[in-house]
Order: sequence, then C-alpha cells, then structure tokens
Amino acid sequence: MAAEGSNSIDALGQFQLHPALGAIGGSVNFTQSNLMMVVAGLCVLALLWLGMKPRAMVPGRLQAAAEMGYETILSMCVENIGPEGRKFFPFVFTLFFFILFGNLLGVFPLFFTFTSHIMVTLALSLLVFILVTAVAIKEHGLHFFSYFVPQGIPVALAPLMVLIEVISYLSRIISLSVRLFANMMAGHVMLEVFGAFIVMLGGLGLLGYVPAALSLGVNTILIGFELLVATLQAYVFAVLTCIYLHDAVHLH
Amino acid sequence: MSEDNGGADPSFEDRLRAARSKQGLDAPPKQPMSGPLGADQGGLGGSPWGIGARVGVELVSALVVAVAIGYGLDRIFHTTPILTAVFVPLGGAAGVANLWRVFAPKSGSGKG
Repeated sequence: MAAEGSNSIDALGQFQLHPALGAIGGSVNFTQSNLMMVVAGLCVLALLWLGMKPRAMVPGRLQAAAEMGYETILSMCVENIGPEGRKFFPFVFTLFFFILFGNLLGVFPLFFTFTSHIMVTLALSLLVFILVTAVAIKEHGLHFFSYFVPQGIPVALAPLMVLIEVISYLSRIISLSVRLFANMMAGHVMLEVFGAFIVMLGGLGLLGYVPAALSLGVNTILIGFELLVATLQAYVFAVLTCIYLHDAVHLH
Repeated sequence: MSEDNGGADPSFEDRLRAARSKQGLDAPPKQPMSGPLGADQGGLGGSPWGIGARVGVELVSALVVAVAIGYGLDRIFHTTPILTAVFVPLGGAAGVANLWRVFAPKSGSGKG
C-alpha cells in the first residue's frame, strides 16, 4: 500500500483486479475479488459451523458471536418487516454476513475489499430490488402499482406524482449500492493516502520523522474507524433491505 | 436460540429481568419506533457526517435515475434534449421526496 512513484500517490491502484489462482484463474477471469468473495463465504460458514459445534448452554466466544449474529438479524427482520419477517430471515442473514465479512476482510493487509467495487454492490442492490419487487407483486398482484400513487393527492397531480414516485422507487438501486461502495472506497483511499505519506515523509530524513509518525497515528485511527464503517454499512444495507421488504409486504 | 429454551419458563425470565434491572445490567430501554423509518434514521442519521452523506446520496441517486430515464427515452424517440430536460426537475423532486420520507416529522408524515 505504498506510493508507486516517488512523487505521486497512487490511491486508486489498489482497486485494480488481477487474476487469482494462477493460470486456471487467469483463463476463466477469476480475480482476487472473486477469491475474496469465496473466502468471505467460507468465513461465514466457518463462524457458524465452528461456533455452533460445541452447542454449549453457556456459549464460548465464537458461539456467542454466532448466536448474537443470528438473534440480531432475526429481531431486525421481525421488527422492521413484521411477523412475516421470518420468511426473509435467511436472505437478510446471508446478505448481512456476506457484506460484513467482505468489508472486514478488506482491513487486513494483502486482502482485497470486494465491496469497494460499484459492480459488486450494484449487483447486490439489484438482487434486493428485484426480490422486493417480486415479493410485492406476488403479495399484492396488480394492486402493487397503487404504491406509486400517494394517498390523498388531487387527481390533477396524479400523473406528476406517479412519475416522481417511480423515479424515487428506482433510485433505491443507486442509493443502496452507492452508499456501500462509496463508504468502503473512501476509507481505503484515505488509508492509502496516509500510508503513502508515511513512506514519503519518512524518506525526507530527520525533518520528516515527526509528520510521518503523525500520519502513522492517523492511519491507526483510520483502521479502527474502518472497522466501525465496515460493520455499520453492512448493518445499514441489511436494515434498508428489511425496510424495503416491509414496504413490499405492507404497501404504504 | 436461547429464546426457544428459556421461553418455556416465564417466571424465570421475569425474575432474571428484575434481577438484571436491579443490578443495572440491562441496556437502556429501547425507544419505541413509530415506524420502520425510525429505525432507518437511528441507523444512519447518528452523526452529522452520516446525515450529510445520506442527504447527498438520496438526492444524487434520484437525479441519476431521472437523467438515465430521460436520456434513454430521448434515444428511443429521437427527441434529444426535451425528455432529459423534463426528467431532470422530476428527478430533483424525487430526491426531495426521498429525503422527506426519511426525515419527515413523525406526527404529520402523511401530508407536506
């Protein structure tokens, strides 16, 4: 994560994709991003499987983490969607833990944050959007389209409001994906910039040691901040998914 | 999971809760959410930075969608600037509608 050139900071180079797994990965375009997705999935499975293996009455740390994750997401589903929320619990649980581990793995050196790519987050939010729309149409049939007509508006305003509501509904895809992507990318750019400061200022000699140490301090704080953002953004993504599902199940 | 095991014995749950509240171990009681958006606001609008990012994302994403729709329809109907120009203000309005949905006061959320 150091500056590539001597005078420039290559803050975006870290997001470049490279084929992983040697020749086989290269021939099928299996990048390090895909590799990290697999790793994230395996981490979730490991947490749940290893954590729940003891099945102790008084849980150990891993088991407590697994149980807390389960109960947090379950209560989030039930509180935000309503009693029907249990149906969507597996989906929200998978989504939350996939994003959470994707975000958290990126904090480690040599690892890649796949959620820092708009393509990945856009695919996730499209998945949510399509699911939400499908659920709404399945639950309400054609009555679903009344969602776009706000209650109690004058008839003359209806065409305008329908257009606005449709745009507002479609904008969920963008806002959901951009929020996650921008947060993760901004955090890693900041880390990269301050990491480059350390190297560049340290190269200045005696004069640069103090500011270099300061940037090292900033970077340390940023890592902690990044952990917070990683968890918070995964949580926000899951909560917003729940809220959209609530809208789909209940309309208005 | 633990709920399934402990739910059978309400008296134990009650006693546990009483004991915990006496020792001050329980988290402060959750404020009731008036709607799903209450949770939304609590999760996102904690800090000024969070609110600012939220506002920006909501406004811009609606505008992006509107411009995309307008531009696409212009391409289809060969009316190049007109529909884009029509959809841009609509997109701005949709962004404001998004914000209203998030930050609306709880009591009169039905009408503006």
